[in-house]
Amino acid sequence: MSGHASKEIDTTASWGGKVSPFSVSYGKLMMWFFLVSDALTFGGLLVAYGYTRYTFDGMWPIGEETFEALPFLGNGFPLVYVALMTFILIVSSVTMVLAVEAGHRMDKKGVIKWMLATIIGGFFFVGSQAWEWSHFIHGTEFGRVQLNDGSSAIVKGKFGKIKSFEVIEAGAHSPAVGELITNENISEEHGDLMHAFHHAAEEGHLEGSNATDLKIHLHDGTVAKVNREADKNLQLVVKEAGTQYAVSLPSDEETRIQGEKATELYYEAVTAGKVIYGANMEQNEYGPQQYGQFFFFITGFHGFHVFSGVVINILIFIGVLRGVYHKRGHYEMVEKTGLYWHFVDLVWVFVFTFFYLI
Amino acid sequence: MERDDVIEYSLDTHHSEEEGKKIRKKIWFVTLLLTVVTAVEVLLGAFVKQGSSMWTTVKIIFIVLTLLKAGYIVLTFMHLGDEKKALKWIILLPYFIFIVYLMFIAFNEATAVGAEM
Repeated sequence: MSGHASKEIDTTASWGGKVSPFSVSYGKLMMWFFLVSDALTFGGLLVAYGYTRYTFDGMWPIGEETFEALPFLGNGFPLVYVALMTFILIVSSVTMVLAVEAGHRMDKKGVIKWMLATIIGGFFFVGSQAWEWSHFIHGTEFGRVQLNDGSSAIVKGKFGKIKSFEVIEAGAHSPAVGELITNENISEEHGDLMHAFHHAAEEGHLEGSNATDLKIHLHDGTVAKVNREADKNLQLVVKEAGTQYAVSLPSDEETRIQGEKATELYYEAVTAGKVIYGANMEQNEYGPQQYGQFFFFITGFHGFHVFSGVVINILIFIGVLRGVYHKRGHYEMVEKTGLYWHFVDLVWVFVFTFFYLI
Repeated sequence: MERDDVIEYSLDTHHSEEEGKKIRKKIWFVTLLLTVVTAVEVLLGAFVKQGSSMWTTVKIIFIVLTLLKAGYIVLTFMHLGDEKKALKWIILLPYFIFIVYLMFIAFNEATAVGAEM
């Protein structure tokens, strides 16, 4: 690290060839060139995202409204999970730079220790991203509803827990009338109560007018009463205006639809099958179609970089363990894979700001 | 056969124990800085609502903080700050030229297209 600048090149000697004008090895220079081109790719993606957002006429999804869930803890933590992912990546970048530093002192044990930590951090990040994708795809408990005036709204509040389905009319695979379908005895096809509920809602197979008074029609012909707790603080955040309801301002919660009116409108839409949960390639509950696609492409492309970074790190780590670089007299391979790893962190810093924050 | 026409630049990067100590100190300082900046960004994002009067200012703060973080990562973690000036510019300059140009045409165009719709 300290050597580069201090070793000045003699001008006369440089005309004789054999010296790199940059005082770096071929491999490191090529890594840098690769990173510049890769950075342009990511730059292009983020600019394309900005372009789409700029030309979009309407409410673009807001990061802190869309990403506010935590594993095991539920909703209401705006951006905390993404911040945690950022922190994991920063820390693994730090352990990587410490591995490189140990390499410069020919400290094999240090390199092993810090590279191992980096690989573990990488796995943590990839795992976090898998969770985030899964959450994004499955969506929120409430989903996004289209109201009767043509407007559409996302929903805030606490979803009333579904306890069981009480059979009213028995179907092909259901228990007898009056018995309960719970998460334990529900059919494989339905998965769990929440899944069955969402599926029925999307197909318009729910009847009723509020959270505690709903009837569900299951696939096998079963009709059941949904035993649920009431929703709490249900609010509709209007994202697309209709003939009656105007768009809610992000800066003013008073412009949301609240109270009994919200419950009435929400269950009217849900029982009419006008609800979307989660995201797929065609539509998503968070906003316009392009939003979901950019989410999948940008974070997916980045996640793929992290994954390949972990693989490369493991390969180099094996080399370190076998003493390949120690015999060679320098740990430049660690430095090169480190450059790639830091780059992945660098890209995430920009994705974090331009996709999640702004 | 041993080649005598290759200069091993990779060996230049070795440093001593004392230098290592100084470098590690810097690394931990940058770690702290990046963590604090990220925390500040998240707090601003969580508490300042989009569309409020503060939002434009906060957006600019976000971009400045992001560039600050990026600068520390590239110059310290990736050691670009310690490389030769020529290398530094051959990496940074083409990137800046292309990306600024791309941003300029894309956002100019977006404004025009947005006005059409």
